Amino acid sequence: MANALDPHAAIATTASGAPDGPLRTADGKPLARALARSQARAKRRAFWLVLPLLAFILLTFAIPIGQMLQRSFYNAGFSDNMPQLSQWFAENPRGTDPDEAAWTALAQDLQASAEARTIGTVGTRINYDVPGTRSLFTSTGRQVRRGVEPPYQAALLEIDEKWGEPRLWSAMREASNPVTTNFYLASVDRTRNDQGEIVKVPERQQIYGTLFARTFWLSLLITATTFILGFPIAHLLATLPMRKSNLLMILVLLPFWTSLLVRTTSWMVLLQQQGVINDILVWLGLIGNSQRLQMIYNQTGTIIAMTHILLPFMVLPLYSVMRTINPSYVRAARSLGATSWTAFRRVYFPQTLPGLGAGALLVFILAVGYYITPALVGGSSGQLISNMIAMHMTDTLNWSMAAALASLLLGAVLILYWLYDKLVGIDNLKLG
Amino acid sequence: MALPTYASPLERVWHYAYLVICGLIFFFLIAPIVVIIPLSFNVQPYFTFTDKMLSFDPEGYSLRWYRSLLTFGMQNPNAEGLAWWADAWNNAHWVKAAKNSIIIGFFSTILATVLGTLAALGLSRPEMPFRRAIMAILISPMIVPLIITATGMFFFYSNPCSILGWFGLPTNCGRLAGTYLGVILAHATLGIPFVIITVTATLVGFDQSLNRAAASLGANPRTTFFRVTMPLIMPGVISGALFAFVTSFDEVVAVLFIAGPDQQTIPRQMWNGIREQISPAILAVATLLVLFSIALLTTVELLRRRSERIRGVTPR
Repeated sequence: MANALDPHAAIATTASGAPDGPLRTADGKPLARALARSQARAKRRAFWLVLPLLAFILLTFAIPIGQMLQRSFYNAGFSDNMPQLSQWFAENPRGTDPDEAAWTALAQDLQASAEARTIGTVGTRINYDVPGTRSLFTSTGRQVRRGVEPPYQAALLEIDEKWGEPRLWSAMREASNPVTTNFYLASVDRTRNDQGEIVKVPERQQIYGTLFARTFWLSLLITATTFILGFPIAHLLATLPMRKSNLLMILVLLPFWTSLLVRTTSWMVLLQQQGVINDILVWLGLIGNSQRLQMIYNQTGTIIAMTHILLPFMVLPLYSVMRTINPSYVRAARSLGATSWTAFRRVYFPQTLPGLGAGALLVFILAVGYYITPALVGGSSGQLISNMIAMHMTDTLNWSMAAALASLLLGAVLILYWLYDKLVGIDNLKLG
Repeated sequence: MALPTYASPLERVWHYAYLVICGLIFFFLIAPIVVIIPLSFNVQPYFTFTDKMLSFDPEGYSLRWYRSLLTFGMQNPNAEGLAWWADAWNNAHWVKAAKNSIIIGFFSTILATVLGTLAALGLSRPEMPFRRAIMAILISPMIVPLIITATGMFFFYSNPCSILGWFGLPTNCGRLAGTYLGVILAHATLGIPFVIITVTATLVGFDQSLNRAAASLGANPRTTFFRVTMPLIMPGVISGALFAFVTSFDEVVAVLFIAGPDQQTIPRQMWNGIREQISPAILAVATLLVLFSIALLTTVELLRRRSERIRGVTPR
């Protein structure tokens, strides 16, 4: 029956011994199980190759970011160093007027904290919510250390009558719980009033909303300008013969490979009031020597420099999609009577959409988090949200606030990243 | 891109207008990079062309800013001969920064390339589980805004053992911030996505049956890797490594946050220079960096062509 020339028949009969049993391997195991086992082994092997890097990224990247985000809702600067007062807040509901027990707890905590030299931390924490109170804590701490007599309410009010302010007590109650949403409230321009209700901050202090809006608006604008500038040259590169387009491609890739700081510096040199562009304009007589344009240290500077820096990220994906578009479609449209504009709009352009989507998302994602270029050429009106995070990190040292802003920005970027993965696929990310 | 013979006069006009527009955009891309090169030879401390420069008078040009790169930070700029060079080598700020950039770039590139290539090999196997999710995590250092990464690293690297607290272990064992190791780890993290992207792209065109052929001829997995896989993906690995090196060489935000005074790199030194007293010395550095990137770009282009040739992909 079994054809001697059919190798499958030979395996089945010699390995299992019975022609109608399940298929078996040479050593007699069922083939299905052996296959499953070898697939699992292959899976494990592949995973072992990735594991070292995954662990590395987790340790040097994911955990640090996670820890930083924790600061946005967890700040134990007050509760750790003022245990007795925190205890009193926990026992008495909101709205209770501070009694002598509370004042005693406050005075004793201030004394202990001043002796442990942690009073600055406590003051800093309250200072985030009630500006100007850090010095109140440090100076009172110094005086309490020299000794105060009960009744403590009178004694503390004697030192500084600010201690009687309900706003201060409300802020201390908030801070007595290390888990807080206050930093998130502040980053969307909200605050808590004396009764603990969430209200908008006064209009003049609404900086974060403006800043988020500006970041998104400028990023959109930069995405649009990179598209307007990138589309024609991507099209040219994709339709030229290979030899010529390779040469022109160098003009796109060279900026891509040049240091970011170098490119930013060049724009500073070009755009300055005594810089090359203004000199040329004056020389051409387009503007007078006294009316040199202010093109840097404002939003214009940020937009021009960032458009230049992010342009390759738009051109490269557009180019790689446009290369694959078959030119006969447009020719067919023309031969069927379409004008060149209709052929472009109805036939060519829709085919470029995948590249356009990839480029636009990438440029937008990168623009939203940009820090260096706005910091150097943006002046005060061209600053983005990243610059505010940096300011809170290095100047005001309000790290929890920096973390809250960073987590909002990170959330936005991750949503866009997810979208990019859905629409384009991370595998299709190409460089150069 | 030739104009079809049936083009109407209007289309002809538009075609040439389009070419002019493209020319202007290319000019916009390249001019800012080119313009700093002559300006770095300016005799005057200005950022624009002087009349002497425009008339190509040799007196308008000088190498003083290049010289100042070496003298800035030197203890005795008036010394003669070998002593001058030794002083520059040991004390000049820019030389020190260059040394740091090269050390940090070198080690972070090695780390990123080894880990990244291994992971790319795993990721490109068809049986890899959770491929997409893992890929997304590994690419994320490129996507997450640098300021967020740097902020996170700033806290973590000042006390890296804080995570031991989860296991009830002591949480104080030194710092990574302000050490070479810290900056190297940070830069390796930032360079890894580039290695992954380039090496996986190379592996897409890799013929897996070559591995099977080697195995069937009796090669063990290690021999297969070093004798068959490695030589074929080498161009991709090297361009990934170059990307990682450039990332480190150009990185300033992480350095601002976690490096100490001993780990000042070239970008960090430039950042100081731009923010404090911007002088044409910055343009001299910038010119050197542009030459450096031209060299790198050429290398990567040559590698790409070589890789296409070995893999039998004809250039399109």
